[in-house]
Amino acid sequence: MRSRLWRLPDSASASTLTAMNTEQPAPRTSDAATPPTNSAQPAAITLALHELAASYGPRSVFRGVSLTLHAGEVLVVSGANGSGKSTLLRLLCGLQQPTAGTIAYHWQGQVYAPVAARPLIGWVAPDLALYRELSGLENLRFFAAVRHRTPSDAELYDLLEQVGLGGRGDDRVAAYSSGMTHRLRYAYALLHQPPVLLLDEPTVTLDVHGAAVVDQVIARQRTHGISVIATNDPRELRYGNYVLTLNPVETGAPRQGT
Amino acid sequence: MTTLQALLCGAWAIFRKDVQSELRTRYALNALLLFAACTAVAVSLGVGFLGLRRDPQSLVIQSALLWIALLFAALNGLSRSFVQEEERRTTLALRLAARPAAVFLGKFCFNLVLLLVLDVVTTVLFVIFLRVEIANLGLFVAMLAMGSLSLTTATTLVAAIIARANFKSGLFAVLAFPLIVPLLVIAIQGTTLALGGGAWSQGMPLLQILSSYAVATLVASLLLFPFVWEA
Repeated sequence: MRSRLWRLPDSASASTLTAMNTEQPAPRTSDAATPPTNSAQPAAITLALHELAASYGPRSVFRGVSLTLHAGEVLVVSGANGSGKSTLLRLLCGLQQPTAGTIAYHWQGQVYAPVAARPLIGWVAPDLALYRELSGLENLRFFAAVRHRTPSDAELYDLLEQVGLGGRGDDRVAAYSSGMTHRLRYAYALLHQPPVLLLDEPTVTLDVHGAAVVDQVIARQRTHGISVIATNDPRELRYGNYVLTLNPVETGAPRQGT
Repeated sequence: MTTLQALLCGAWAIFRKDVQSELRTRYALNALLLFAACTAVAVSLGVGFLGLRRDPQSLVIQSALLWIALLFAALNGLSRSFVQEEERRTTLALRLAARPAAVFLGKFCFNLVLLLVLDVVTTVLFVIFLRVEIANLGLFVAMLAMGSLSLTTATTLVAAIIARANFKSGLFAVLAFPLIVPLLVIAIQGTTLALGGGAWSQGMPLLQILSSYAVATLVASLLLFPFVWEA
């Protein structure tokens, strides 16, 4: 049950991977309930995992995952069904607790645990449901309000346009196809311009145009933040600077990056 | 924006969303109003003659019947705001976006408004069908409002606890009942007093007990809710 991490040679990032037993500088721990996400200071987000392990009851899913990601980097998590890809993403935003190890978000000189770091995180996953009785625009207005943001309708329409839902923002989500609903999840995740984007099966149910939207979202995220992508699709490995393969069963030598 | 302002803005957004959803789906409102109407009609068929009597026993029975109707309607409907989030799997999106305290306060306000609407409808139906006469209307309204506030504070946290359980409705009643009994006793006493024309000075101690109960359960719920929400 060992995880493997390698760096793709054609990385768009100049950052150096400090994976496996990463040494972190002594950080200041934040007492703030909510990290500021609208500071004028340039984003300098870092995500550090140290000896992370997860298990369901007696069954160990993965263990010993250590790595550090900096702004501009993309980590792709791959592996067979049940290898713990989605579990890793849930640990990263505090929806589950790790069996062992630590997760720390370093942001503007403070360190945040996953639950406290949620304002810094945008999350897209097939099991993320939005309010079907509300329109796409009403969903975005609501989630902006609970995140203490007040975007104008023009900004929200623009966001819907970016994810390919231009002209459908006033329709109720119940009338959306599964692909359109998935696009709306991207709008939900990008609403607060998060420095960390967690994508579980990013292109599932999306058509070619939807996949192009995902390309653009990841490219934009690369300019200021971190992306972590869990996928089974080998075509999506190209998104990553680094690929973390979670292996439920130990097999052979690690595959070389392409 | 201060922390408190942010919290209140989040709670207001959740309350508004719940009202908007409820007006479109009628998920809880229809069930509650139907329950209130059925109860009032059934009770009037059985003991409708009680409204004509003004003796102390009849006033106690009328008060008890009113609060039993409100209690069962509340047990039927107040858990739905959390249960609905869980059944539609929107809890995840809400957990990621909103603070637990804002979620609790938003749901609490929604439940309170729902129960106050139910109070009005049930009381009107009881007055019509049981021919209940209210001698001290001000005290009656105060008892009903304070009793409903206490009932909502006690049941909102329980609703959050049972939302992920399999046997939701049964578990809600079982967990909520021990919490509700003290306030129910006080509310029935106070309502009896108001129906019989008791003075405000007699009702004030009962209102104070109900308000203390509401404050205590609200504070306890605000402290405990984050653990329930993140469990």
